[in-house]
Amino acid sequence: MTNELNPGLIIILGALLVPLLPGRVLRGAYMLLLPIAAFAYLMGLPMGEMGQIELMNLSLVTLRVDKLSFVFGTIFLIATLLGVIYALHVGDWVQHTAGLIYSGSAIGAVFAGDFVTLFIFWEITAISSVFLVWASRNSSAMAAGLRYLVIQVGSGVILLAGVLIHYQQTGSIAFGAMGTETLAGQLILIAFGIKCAFPLLHNWLQDAYPQATVTGTVILSAFTTKLAVYALARGYAGTEILIPIGAVMTAFPIFFAVIENDLRRVLAYSLNNQLGFMVVGIGIGTELALNGTAAHAFCHILYKALLFMAMGAVLYRVGTIKGSELGGLYRSMPWTTVFCIVGAASISAFPLFSGFISKSLIISAAMKEGYYWVWLTLLFASAGVFHHSGIKIPYFAFFAHDSGKRCEEAPMNMLIAMAIAAAFCIGLGVYPDPLYALLPYEVKYDAYSLEHVVTQLQLLMFSALAFTVLMRTGIYPPELKSINLDTDWFYRVPGRHLAQVANQFRSITWQWVADSTVKLATKVHNALYRHHGPEGWFGRSWPTGTMAFWTTVTLGAVVILSYL
Amino acid sequence: MSADQNGHSFETPPHERTWIDDPKNVDKIVYALYAVCALLFLIDPLIHKHGPFAIEYIWGFYALYGFVGCVFLVLAAKLMRVILMRPEDYYDK
Repeated sequence: MTNELNPGLIIILGALLVPLLPGRVLRGAYMLLLPIAAFAYLMGLPMGEMGQIELMNLSLVTLRVDKLSFVFGTIFLIATLLGVIYALHVGDWVQHTAGLIYSGSAIGAVFAGDFVTLFIFWEITAISSVFLVWASRNSSAMAAGLRYLVIQVGSGVILLAGVLIHYQQTGSIAFGAMGTETLAGQLILIAFGIKCAFPLLHNWLQDAYPQATVTGTVILSAFTTKLAVYALARGYAGTEILIPIGAVMTAFPIFFAVIENDLRRVLAYSLNNQLGFMVVGIGIGTELALNGTAAHAFCHILYKALLFMAMGAVLYRVGTIKGSELGGLYRSMPWTTVFCIVGAASISAFPLFSGFISKSLIISAAMKEGYYWVWLTLLFASAGVFHHSGIKIPYFAFFAHDSGKRCEEAPMNMLIAMAIAAAFCIGLGVYPDPLYALLPYEVKYDAYSLEHVVTQLQLLMFSALAFTVLMRTGIYPPELKSINLDTDWFYRVPGRHLAQVANQFRSITWQWVADSTVKLATKVHNALYRHHGPEGWFGRSWPTGTMAFWTTVTLGAVVILSYL
Repeated sequence: MSADQNGHSFETPPHERTWIDDPKNVDKIVYALYAVCALLFLIDPLIHKHGPFAIEYIWGFYALYGFVGCVFLVLAAKLMRVILMRPEDYYDK
């Protein structure tokens, strides 16, 4: 049993001790130790299915280590460590505990070998992560957190429904390839799709993540959606419908990102766009494409966390993250600026940065399989992501016009976390072989062919040219104090009205039922009172003479009848 | 006088000018970008492409596609603002 414990449980159980530890130093050291210990333990685990538990006729496989779960587990542990370092200055134990339970449960879910174990960890991620939103402790974060929780738990409920149907039909709860032919397969796909922020199911992400705390958003950005990507890769590799879904996902969020003012929300939109690439890879389903998805998830977690860290540092120091109020911060935060640019170059897939060596696998796979329109969409999205994440984020925060804001550089622990993430981004970009070796299938892929480097540079430099031309001609839309409607409008405005109308209808109906019940009861009471009350006919006391009289009458009647 | 998130107030120091604050230097960066773009466009025929799609073999396809794509992106997004943009307190009302 000693080597059959899910590594996620080390983090979850370890997190429970965090509130009890006195002092920031001891607590910090302990929290740093948790992901390191879990990683050391993971390295010692053999491949295969372990931790079988028989529970109510179900055979659970609580630990499955194979190449796919290993690569996701590894990056999740790295992200946990970075999240801990970045949050070391925070005194709030609620955030630390929630963050660790959340990361631990995502890791637990990755190593789950059956649907029931997956479901349990799936729901723990939902419940623990909402505290990272609520920890902002303001009314809009409370509301956004509640919306987030409803949707996340809803995804779990749909997953459970799918699993129950699947179990009834097949008698198996093994978490393997599913397919979309059965109702169970479709339900589970929807459950995964919600967490993966499929188009029209996406808006919980842009709604909730920018409301979380400075450190909370960094942790949130790593796990939920990539857990969904992992689950899709496990269950739905080669499912054709995922290709158009993913292609739409790469394209539509970038339009929102261009006009969004909250820079952390811009990053949430571009997170959505990056997930699209991974979903396309899963849909194509070839070895190259699935490797691309795994590699891209790995790199993406690092550069997306880095970008959220940089924007978090700005929010922490300046107190706002609105593009319309920022600018010129490179003077005050030079290191944060440099790290942000590294993250921006990585997400834009510049050669020598991590995005380049992972996104290429997916685009090449789309090309190789002859998906013409998908390929064109991915190219457009690649250009677009450079435009809004690569240029817009660093430009409006650190350069553009001088906002006059002066602040301190980010705290040391934040800088260290950003430096490590940035080192990964460059390291993987320059020397991708160790990552390629971790991927689920054998790869022979040369990202640095001349053709590839030059065409990518052409795409990116001309995107930069477009930005420059539009900026200099004043066509580029300025950052404005505003918000933009997205699908959350449907449940926040008409949905709320509908709820209000339904509530009114309920209260009117209830009033009517209550009123008529009271009326009826009063009527019954009055009738009873009239007959049985002190004044009532039945309530009167009768003299004995009356009884004797009626007895005589009755007896007389009997005598007369017997003679007839 | 401003304040950061922790309530520490700080003075806004006078505007210290750095290299990038000089519009001439910004121009230099822009000209360098033009030069790089021109170079990347011109060497395109020298690059041996292998892909299956004919469109890729047009001179400067990636460059043109990136430029046109981004201009389209920005103009379309600007149009979206007409329909989708709301004041910040829209949902609080």
